[in-house]
Amino acid sequence: MNATTTSASNISGKSAGDSLRFYGVWLVGIATLILLPMIFSSGGSLTSFSLIGIAIVFALSYNILLGQTGLLSFGHAVHYGLGGFAACHVMNAVVSHGWPVPLPFIPLFGGLGGLAFAMIIGWVMTKRAGTVFSMISLGIAELVASSSLILRSVFGGESGISTDRTALPKMFGWTFGPQIQVYYLIAFWLVISAIAMYALTRTPLGRISNAVRDNPERVQFIGYDPHVVRYIAFCFAGFFAGVAGGLAAINFEIANAAYLGAIQSGLVLFSTFIGGVAFFFGPILGAILVTYLQLGLTSVTGVWQLYFGIIFIGIVMLSPGGIAGLIMMHRPLARAGTLQTVIPSYVVAAVPTLALACGVILTIESIARTHSGQSSPINLFGVAFTPASPMTWASAAILIVVGFFVARLSWRRVADAWDRAATIARDRGYLA
Amino acid sequence: MTAAIELNAVEKRFGNVGIIRDLNLSVAQGERHAIIGPNGAGKSTTFNLISGHIRPSSGEVRLNGDVISGLGPFEINRRGLSRSFQVTNVFSRMSVWENVRCAVLWATGHRYAFWKNVDSLPEVRERTSQILDDIHLTHRRDVPAGLLTYAEQRELEIGITIAGGANVVLLDEPTAGMSHAETDRAVALIRRLTEGKTLVIVEHDMSVVFGLADRISVLVYGHIIASGTPEEIRRDPKVKEAYLGEEAH
Ligand SMILES: Nc1ncnc2c1ncn2[C@@H]1O[C@H](COP(=O)(O)OP(=O)(O)OP(=O)(O)O)[C@@H](O)[C@H]1O
Ligand SMILES: [Mg+2]
Repeated sequence: MNATTTSASNISGKSAGDSLRFYGVWLVGIATLILLPMIFSSGGSLTSFSLIGIAIVFALSYNILLGQTGLLSFGHAVHYGLGGFAACHVMNAVVSHGWPVPLPFIPLFGGLGGLAFAMIIGWVMTKRAGTVFSMISLGIAELVASSSLILRSVFGGESGISTDRTALPKMFGWTFGPQIQVYYLIAFWLVISAIAMYALTRTPLGRISNAVRDNPERVQFIGYDPHVVRYIAFCFAGFFAGVAGGLAAINFEIANAAYLGAIQSGLVLFSTFIGGVAFFFGPILGAILVTYLQLGLTSVTGVWQLYFGIIFIGIVMLSPGGIAGLIMMHRPLARAGTLQTVIPSYVVAAVPTLALACGVILTIESIARTHSGQSSPINLFGVAFTPASPMTWASAAILIVVGFFVARLSWRRVADAWDRAATIARDRGYLA
Repeated sequence: MTAAIELNAVEKRFGNVGIIRDLNLSVAQGERHAIIGPNGAGKSTTFNLISGHIRPSSGEVRLNGDVISGLGPFEINRRGLSRSFQVTNVFSRMSVWENVRCAVLWATGHRYAFWKNVDSLPEVRERTSQILDDIHLTHRRDVPAGLLTYAEQRELEIGITIAGGANVVLLDEPTAGMSHAETDRAVALIRRLTEGKTLVIVEHDMSVVFGLADRISVLVYGHIIASGTPEEIRRDPKVKEAYLGEEAH
């Protein structure tokens, strides 16, 4: 049991290798953002990347609440939406008054919009954590969503508030008409926001937020008022959600009631949770995956929400730590050099699991398509199945039954491989 | 000199049940004061009343002469009073290092700062390592507090309590559940870490109590029936009857 001595060698002063790796990760991330549109330059991928960038900022802001401070909000989109509306109004005001504010500064106003609302309602909301907070957040979200349809002058009613991003003063000769320029604007704000939000976790406030999450009672006996901690965290989350909303307003050139609705609030919870709340990069992975799935699935199936639900339940049940938790589980194995013990078992297990998934998909699609009167074939890896034909049902049944039993066997193998790898890692002192 | 802690006619009722009845207690500056009494006597409740965890139904609590009853726990803590808990109460998902560091932050003046990097605050780092050294947990600094052994958690509990440098320290059964060796170590630790401070300790282990305390108060059914030096308490017939008698078998 010398695990702790090995891993405990350094914490206060990071070693040179650690900080090199740390900055390396950030630099790789930034380089990826810069290079991505050069590799995938189609209009479709630019749009996707832009949406993913916005979703990442939004999910990271949500994790200030959920992962860092332990606040489960059901209404985070309120700040996102208000940020979007604020951005649209500021853009229109800039244009009509001829103010010298170029487009890249607009997300800041989105952030201020989200922040302003957080500062106003936050004090009451964060008085209590837990269920009380969650319920109030739900109530506020309903309140704002319904007001948005009543206060037409502010929210533009059903049609929303539209704007023209190209009418703002140019910057560096960029009009921000082409999607690529919007993408880089989003990427810029993504980098700034991600760095800022990461830095926030390394401040006294960030550390105490974690303490409030773990044990709000004890925090009071080391000098801190958990209410104040929650309030400040809430304001930061509101600000960055507003930034994301501002970016969305720029991207779509419109803000409407859907921005601050329950679906949007659910989506950010979903992304953050799937990605994993315990690690800073978790929500990033979640936002990428969910946005990508959302864009991809909507074009191939009418019941994409059903798949979302299945994925969500699957991750919550199998890996409560989300994707990030799953990845980080392997870190001690990688350090101990026993990763090769488990990887082959994953590959083996992937085959029957995939077969099982295909069977489920065939079943779902058959039912969904026959019920909606569609007869378009179900395309699975290049094989076309006619919905609800005997052939399809038979394939689905075989895939599910055989897939299930083989998958069960192969996952037991994975568990065994894990035990072996973990034992070695423990012996080598990389796992407690 | 004003007393470090003073309780005047403090009462606490939960519903109709009077748990603390007409409690009067005075602890001098720099004194090591033990509170003993049978299970359910109200010792932890007394700590809760002093530390602001709950409010007295009536009566007043003073810290260094100032009335503190009615203040929140964090306000009382900022005035220099810190307490530990009978049931370990730490930040279980955070590392040992983080636990202690959080307890150092307010006292070093960093409060809610969101513009400072917590890793580059030298006085915070030094004080945290000092405390970790003191509680013998340096080798466990990166372990999540929830994974520590019971005795280690109790030591961390003490570490968090004293980390802020409070001048008045309340320890609620710090050695409960420890082995003899662990108890001896913990007592030595407490003695050293509370040097020059005012200490109030609730303890069931009589050897700890009589070895450590300058004065002892005996609490029975929410009322202090005797208060005095260890010698006086040992000789007090009321105490013998109410408490020590049953303890000593
Ligand atoms: N919040 C509460 N509500 C109702 N009753 C309470 C509450 N807190 C404590 N009590 C009761 O007050 C009495 C005193 O409890 P307390 O925890 O102070 O005893 P104690 O002297 O610390 O005992 P022990 O030696 O077992 O720790 C007990 O009967 C307990 O049930
Ligand atoms: Mg008690």
